[in-house]
Amino acid sequence: MTIVFYVAGAVAIVSTALMITRLHAVHALLYLIVSLLAVSVVFYTLGAPFVAALEVIIYAGAIMVLFVFVVMLLNLGEQAARAERALMKPSMWIGPLILAAILMAELVYLLAASSGGNSGRAPIGPREVGASLFGPYLIGVELASMLLLGGLVGAYRLGYRKIPRPEVG
Amino acid sequence: MEMVPIRDGFILAGALFALGLIGVLVRRNVIFILMSIEVMLNAAGLAFVVAGARWDQPDGQVVFLFILAMAAAEVSVGLALVLELYHQYRSLDTDAISRMRG
Repeated sequence: MTIVFYVAGAVAIVSTALMITRLHAVHALLYLIVSLLAVSVVFYTLGAPFVAALEVIIYAGAIMVLFVFVVMLLNLGEQAARAERALMKPSMWIGPLILAAILMAELVYLLAASSGGNSGRAPIGPREVGASLFGPYLIGVELASMLLLGGLVGAYRLGYRKIPRPEVG
Repeated sequence: MEMVPIRDGFILAGALFALGLIGVLVRRNVIFILMSIEVMLNAAGLAFVVAGARWDQPDGQVVFLFILAMAAAEVSVGLALVLELYHQYRSLDTDAISRMRG
């Protein structure tokens, strides 16, 4: 279990370092997604499977999709077509592919190892997290819901454009 | 199958946080700055989960969920601001907006 932790941590650091040195936003997004997946593996080795799943679903899924949408919205026209051609070159995706393949190998190793015996530390599953979340931390859940509502209203207001309505009749 | 030492978990979280901080300070593109902020938030959450695993308590994971909700709200507002910025200045460079008129 510890060797998986160290390899995943090394992948996270390498992909983050490559992320902050890329010139194109799409390259950096690929490395950032690999970094988040590596941190998810780290969470799993620390005995937090629920948070590992949420990291993949919300961070690497939902939030990164927002980034991809904005990057796509900002690159329209001929420049986007050139970027699309550059996307097809192997030099662009070979780095994230290698790092993701390392994580995939770790996943297979963990699945093969966990079928045999128990891991070193008893994992803290969703049951304990949920009982704590809706027990002593209930006020925090309410505050987080209000924060999300504020984010929703703020993003709607900022993205609002007054579209001229066609005259009827 | 021995446990991961807590010191190495904190070293990893600190390294990721430092990389995110370097990204915020060095890059001039707003998209990269937002991504570096994501890395820093993620590293802070990692530190909480490491501490929670050390004492076998779910509190660290609960705080990570709060950080997750805050990151989602921050990214939605931040990216809406980026779109508005690009709409007004045709640029994503933070130097282009260094002079703001109130």
